[in-house]
Formats: sequence, C-alpha cells, structure tokens
Amino acid sequence: MMASPRNTVGASLLAAAALYGAASTAAAQTPAERQVRGWAASCAACHNTEGRSIGGFPALAGRNADDLYRALIEFQSGKRPATIMHQHARGYTTDELRRIADWFANVKPTR
Amino acid sequence: MSVNRRTFIKAGAAGASLALAGCATTPSRPLARVVVIGGGYGGATAAKYLRLWEPRLEVTLVERNEAFVSCPISNLVLAGAEKIENLTVPYDGLRKYGVRVVRDDATAIDYDKRVVRLARGDALPWDRLIVAPGIDFQYEQIPGLDTAEAQSRVLHAWRAGPQTVALRRQLEAMPDGGVFAISIPRSPYRCPPGPYERASVVADYFLKAKPKSKLLVLDANSDIVSKPALFRGVWNERYKGIVEYRPNSELVEFDLKRNIARMQVEDVKADLFNIIPPQRAGMVATDLITVNRQWCGVEYLGFESSKIPGVHVIGDAIAPAPAMPKSGFMANNHAKVAADAVIAKLTGQPVNEDPIIANTCYSFLTTTEAVHVASVHKYDRQQKTLVVVKGSGGLSPGRTELEGQYAYAWARNIWADALN
Repeated sequence: MMASPRNTVGASLLAAAALYGAASTAAAQTPAERQVRGWAASCAACHNTEGRSIGGFPALAGRNADDLYRALIEFQSGKRPATIMHQHARGYTTDELRRIADWFANVKPTR
Repeated sequence: MSVNRRTFIKAGAAGASLALAGCATTPSRPLARVVVIGGGYGGATAAKYLRLWEPRLEVTLVERNEAFVSCPISNLVLAGAEKIENLTVPYDGLRKYGVRVVRDDATAIDYDKRVVRLARGDALPWDRLIVAPGIDFQYEQIPGLDTAEAQSRVLHAWRAGPQTVALRRQLEAMPDGGVFAISIPRSPYRCPPGPYERASVVADYFLKAKPKSKLLVLDANSDIVSKPALFRGVWNERYKGIVEYRPNSELVEFDLKRNIARMQVEDVKADLFNIIPPQRAGMVATDLITVNRQWCGVEYLGFESSKIPGVHVIGDAIAPAPAMPKSGFMANNHAKVAADAVIAKLTGQPVNEDPIIANTCYSFLTTTEAVHVASVHKYDRQQKTLVVVKGSGGLSPGRTELEGQYAYAWARNIWADALN
C-alpha cells in the first residue's frame, strides 16, 4: 500500500469503504462511491459484473489494490505489453485509476 | 431427461430465486416502479443494474423475444463458422436479481398517464422509464423493398435471429461463381464495422467453399466507415479477386423481379442481395425522436430524453455523441450511467457529473482472426456531451487469432454482465 503514490481523495475513499464495508454492496452509497462504482461498471463489459470475469480476461474482484493500480499505470505508460488495455488506461487520470483499483480490491471475489 | 425431472428442477430453481429475491427486497411497497422497454445489450443491462444497485426498486423488463440473440458474433453464423444457438441467452438469469421479465410487445407509451401499453398484457405503470428499443428499418425509403414479400426475400440480417439463419441458407444455396452484394446505408447505423466484417467473413467462406464467387460491397458512404485500413488491407490481400468495394453507392430503388439494385450512378445485378436499410430508433420510441426523424436526443449525464422528462433512452436509438458508435458495448455502458441516474433521481441524490464510459468493438477479418477499435469517453461540461478522451483508444495493428479469442471472451463476459 505504501509504494505507490496516493492522493487524498483515494485515501479518504478507502477510509470510507472501510467504514461502510465493501464498496460493491447495494447499501447506501455516497456520491463519491456511486461515481467510482459507475466508472468500474464500464470495465464489466469485458471483465463481467464487479470484475468477476467468467474467463478469457483477468478477474478484478478482490485483487490487491496496489497490484491492480500498478498494472493500470504500466498499461498507461506502455511498460506492460497489451493488445488493448493501454488504449483504455490512457482514457483515465492516475487518480481515477487509483480509485477504480481500490474499488475492485474491495469487491468480494464471489457473490 | 424425463418431464418430471425437468419440472422438479425448474420448481427448485424458481424456489431458490424466490428465496433470494425475498432476502434482497423485503419491503412489500417498492421505492418506485421502473419499466425498461427492450431486452437487448442496453435494456437487459439497465434492468439488472437497477436491481443490483437499488433492490428497493420494482423493475419490469418488457421484451418481445423469448431469448436474447447477440448481433456481435452473428456474422460468423453467415460464414458457417458459428451456430445461432451459441449466441442465444435466456432471460432467466435476470430473475435472480428480482427483475420481472414480461414477454410482450410494448406497443405504445402514454406519457401523461405514465404507462406502457402492451399488445397482450395489462398496461405497465412507471415512475421512471428506460426505453431501449434498438432500431427499426426505413424501408419506405427504398421503393421496391417496401412490401412484406420483398422484405421476406431480400434480407437485412441486421437483427440477429431468424434472418441470420435464413441469409446463411441463401449463401449456401448460391452457386460457386455467383455474385453476392451487400448494401450499406449512410452512417450512422447500428454497428459501424459490422457490414465490413460481414463482407470479410463471408469472403472467407467463399474462399474456402466457393472460390469463383464475387462479393460486392455497395457503400452509401464515401469510404469505409470503421477500421478502413484494416478492412481494405485484408480485402486487397487475402480476398483479392473476391471482394470489390464501391463507395458512394447509395441504393435508391430495388427491382425485385430482375434482382437489380438501382444506385444513384449505376444499376447493379447480383445473384444474392443483402440489403441493410437505413435505420431509425425503434417504433415504440417514435415520440422521443428529435434528430433527423431518426434518433432520440438525450442529455449525456443520465441519458434522459431531451423531449420528455422522466424518460431515459439508451443504446442504438439515441442521437449519438461525437464519435460514439451504435454498439452493444456502448449500449451496455449507457445502461449503467442511466441506471445510476434513475436511482439518483428517485432517491433525491445528485447525478454523477463526471461519467466515464468506453467502447470496444472487435471485428473478425477471417473466421478466426479479429481486430478491435477502442475509445474512452468523458463528459465535457462546456460542450454538454460525451467526448473521446485525447490520447485514449486506438486500433489493432493487424489481425490475430489472439484477438479472435478475445472477441469471444468479450462476448461471453458482456452477455453474463447483461443477463446473468
């Protein structure tokens, strides 16, 4: 958790997620939680609902937040080889990627 | 399997879903009633996510077909490389989220009384409405094709299902050495790369099974609308002598008796035609159309109709934002933004002012190798629309079998995301 740069929004969101439980639940969501839930929902078009891939693409649900964030940043810079993820990652700011990574990390791997 | 056993399993499944719905919903009076018209890529996703994110809502999905049939991948059925059954997903999976699925035709929307009228069942009342009707065809614009008889012989196969299977049969019946012509309408239409993918994989079928045949691409547009270099590349190389591309070829009339397509500049004769007509928002959304008598204008923060408040329109029926394709992926992403906005409005919360959505369209260039185009779209407050993020997105460098496998992985995951 300490190696990667972290901004205050990401940190406060993580704290909020810890307070209110997993961000993926349908329980009352703050506007910030709803926002990142909506961003992450776009990824589900390939990685399935809440990142529980049924195969062919990696599952994202419940993965380590820093691992996910690092992968996204490396896709963005081109360091990590990809067919398509570099093109998607470049559509987001590092702050947005951090929040999306944190959101998937807080999802239960199975429903 | 015996009938008794099947019945037992069905009863068991129904019991399980009831129990699940029971613990997910509890309140006997729902927070609000949301009706979703249309169970395609957009509508099915919207219905599921409404219940996933707000279980206090009563969500009813109206769909005329028994099962979902995917347009993406369906060109491979035309090439003989896939079966329509494998692209078919039942609606049962939505029931475990507590979505009420009504198989009926939504014939009209009464915006004053706030009900959706059905062909057979009782009208459905709504507090918020999501309209995801897909497309209908503007056959009235093509003299000669404006009769039921003509439309039963000259197929569009632009909604996956019976027409896909029927066009495959016509292709199988066409003799080697025959000419197959695909007519493409002016953009925008459903699935920008779809006609060119169709030409490519049918050419692959010809190459293997009917190598003396020709494939004419009659395009109303001045150039290939999507992935031009990738399609042109495979046509000039692998399908050289089979595919012939003719830009600026808009169909103005069809002569059914002589099987001749009259274009603005020439008459074209072929043994078999596949005419993809100009399109518009599905009929039930007619009152919501604001753009060019074809598409439903929306605001892009929540996909609420720019004409009638409380009504959201998603998927192929909308007037697209700049560089936003009419694709299944986009419809899926519209659905989630709309579902969140509907929940926000019904629970008195602010709408997300920074939605981010994306698109990926895989296209097969052979029956096993594919390419993609991708983009990320963010809301621009000055322009009040979704715009492509600079530096995001792009194309494949060339076709690969790996991307052919990814195209299938995408299809299976998005079907699960929408329906299971």
